[in-house]
Amino acid sequence: MKLKPCPTLLLSALLLYCASALPAPYTPANDATVLERLPFKANDPASRELRQLRDELSADPRNLDKAVALSQRYFQLAMAEGDPRFIGYAQAALAPWWELAEPPVPALVMRASLRQYNHDFIKALSDLEQATRREPRNGPAWSLLAAVHMVQADYSAARKDCANLHGLASELIVLACSATVGSLSGPAQQAYGELRKAYASSPDASPAARLWVTTRLAEMADRLGLVREADAWFKAALQLDIADAYLQAVYAEFLLDEQRYREVMTLLKGKERSDVLLVRLALAEKALGAPQAKQHEQAIRARFDAARLRGDKLHIQDEARFHLYFLNDTQEALRLARENWLSQHEPSDARMLLEAALAAKDAAAAKPALEWLAQSHIEDRHLQRLALQIGQMGVQP
Amino acid sequence: MKRLLTTLLLLSTVLCGNAHAHKPSDSYLILKTQGATIQGQWDIALRDLDFAIGLDGNGNGEITWGELRARHDAIAAYVLPRFNIRADDAACPVHVSGNQVDNHTDGAYAVLHFVADCAQPPATLELAYSLLFDVDPQHRGLLRLEHQGVTTTAIFSPDKAAQHFDLREVTLLRQFLDYAKEGVWHIWIGFDHIMFLLALLLPAVVHRERKQWVAHGFRPAFWNVLQVVTAFTVAHSITLSLATLGVVSLPSRLVESAIAASVVLAALNNIFPLFEGKRWMVAFAFGLIHGFGFASVLADLGLPQNALLLALVGFNLGVEGGQLAIVSVFLPVAYYLHETRFYRHAVLSGGSVLIALLASVWLLERVFNFKLLPF
Repeated sequence: MKLKPCPTLLLSALLLYCASALPAPYTPANDATVLERLPFKANDPASRELRQLRDELSADPRNLDKAVALSQRYFQLAMAEGDPRFIGYAQAALAPWWELAEPPVPALVMRASLRQYNHDFIKALSDLEQATRREPRNGPAWSLLAAVHMVQADYSAARKDCANLHGLASELIVLACSATVGSLSGPAQQAYGELRKAYASSPDASPAARLWVTTRLAEMADRLGLVREADAWFKAALQLDIADAYLQAVYAEFLLDEQRYREVMTLLKGKERSDVLLVRLALAEKALGAPQAKQHEQAIRARFDAARLRGDKLHIQDEARFHLYFLNDTQEALRLARENWLSQHEPSDARMLLEAALAAKDAAAAKPALEWLAQSHIEDRHLQRLALQIGQMGVQP
Repeated sequence: MKRLLTTLLLLSTVLCGNAHAHKPSDSYLILKTQGATIQGQWDIALRDLDFAIGLDGNGNGEITWGELRARHDAIAAYVLPRFNIRADDAACPVHVSGNQVDNHTDGAYAVLHFVADCAQPPATLELAYSLLFDVDPQHRGLLRLEHQGVTTTAIFSPDKAAQHFDLREVTLLRQFLDYAKEGVWHIWIGFDHIMFLLALLLPAVVHRERKQWVAHGFRPAFWNVLQVVTAFTVAHSITLSLATLGVVSLPSRLVESAIAASVVLAALNNIFPLFEGKRWMVAFAFGLIHGFGFASVLADLGLPQNALLLALVGFNLGVEGGQLAIVSVFLPVAYYLHETRFYRHAVLSGGSVLIALLASVWLLERVFNFKLLPF
């Protein structure tokens, strides 16, 4: 009997093969088989620029300016692509200064950027405190310090950091800094209005500043429940056409909340390399019952397993999300959300903890986030809705 | 058919390629000891190798199997000096025995199969890892070391680039666990020990008043059980140790017959009370004999001369664990039933008669060396 090919069967076998987390070494059939695609071709402008910077530095590895420039360039790539290998390369450029207690201030600030990317907030904070003490007119150091203080929910410190930015950054950035702190810790409507006005009167702002400000405005509008305005700000930020993994992640979250799943799939198409973005994409696919949802779920699980092997806890908030919405393991989701809350206090961290506590019907576990909610006076429709639900759960017999 | 397959294979690179993750850089190292040689497998990301020494020969942003093959020698020359194996303070030279490819979550990896030749089967290993740390300090080497069926894992980082492994410790732990498992297994299949214990435990939840069995409260019942089990444990541990260490030895037929006799006596005592209220003394006295029985099982398993005590303790703890499991099933059930007539008549009296009969057959078998029962 002649065997007939069955495309469906072959395709399912193929999907199984892709999804299987079990690696098995093999020998490719022929020399033309493509094994890997690199992030850059050798002749890409970005590739050439990096190669030139690297060559210059290796000729003179203790040249601080060149080292910081290369490190900065890799850091930008990591932010744009969400690819942590670039963080390692950025750190390598700083090798002569990395272990020093008091490196030159530019190296210190760069080291703090990389440390906060790796969620080592304690060390980043101590670097930045040292940098601002030794060089009180270092604008990047103050703005990074403000960002770290915000992650740690230390709003009074963040407010002072923003005040110290006066004269060291554009008026728009200074105002955006304090408006962001203000919107996390008090009357959000007022902060939003002020920042919107300042943005409208700064038509000459740099694209990077515009990206930063429009993203903040979108987040503020979302927290206030101004859905249409939020959507418009997100779109304005995307139109700047600067690759930014954070922007894509928060816009995807916004679209998921609005149940605009198809738009999530369009937004994140081809962005599967980033764990953060893949989780959001898979959530949309799951909601739509899309065929690739299962395969992506497997891929996410394999990535979290790989991260655990090396002892990484970078994406613990997303791991909690994965356990809650894909594996329906409410207890493990809650455990991870609580662990995440220990080091990070941003609205999305609070939201994850509240959602996990609600799913696990454990009002006591939500307490730290509820306390933060009360103390910070943050106005966030998602958090307030969840807090209300948990309150109702608490009074039920 | 062939075209379809080719299409699907192409599709697979695209589909699977899409799902590759952004991940910090890791390499995966597997070492398996085999006598004096160590078999190794080292998976290193193509992206990392390209960054370190360049793989993309034609610069088109794609790495083919042909481009990788052309660089196999260069890869070996680059990576082998960055991983050193020393066994018992002598270097184990490494050579590559084969090259393959594999896919991990973040893309394709070069797979280096290698062999390290040590002077003798290693007792300790000193591993020093420095791959890629100079170009990517966030790189980690994830090690899986397999030695005599035991797997150890470790993570190499710039802060922990050299690590020491004592393979003897691994083996000792393994031996300990093996003997503990044997201990549990032996009490589980050793019907004579279980019957002896049951014969002593059946009356523990009741006591005799004017020739009648009367129900106990939980406290005295629990206390009785604890006394009996402790006495039995202490007694058989003493003789098990003495026999294993070679201080005392008894002929095994005598021991086996005495064990059977002890079961008969313990069961008969429930019907015609001889040692009333002193069951823990019975447990102790006969426990001494049961210990010799355990010792002959342990001797049959073969004793490691370098770890005699370890095997002894592991086996004994296994026996106690198995025994505890039996008691923890028995006590709640017996206590639940102990006020019923069913317990006093059917379970206690009937059970004791059955045990006595069964053990009598064992006794005959063992004294006269023939076989009636299958167990």
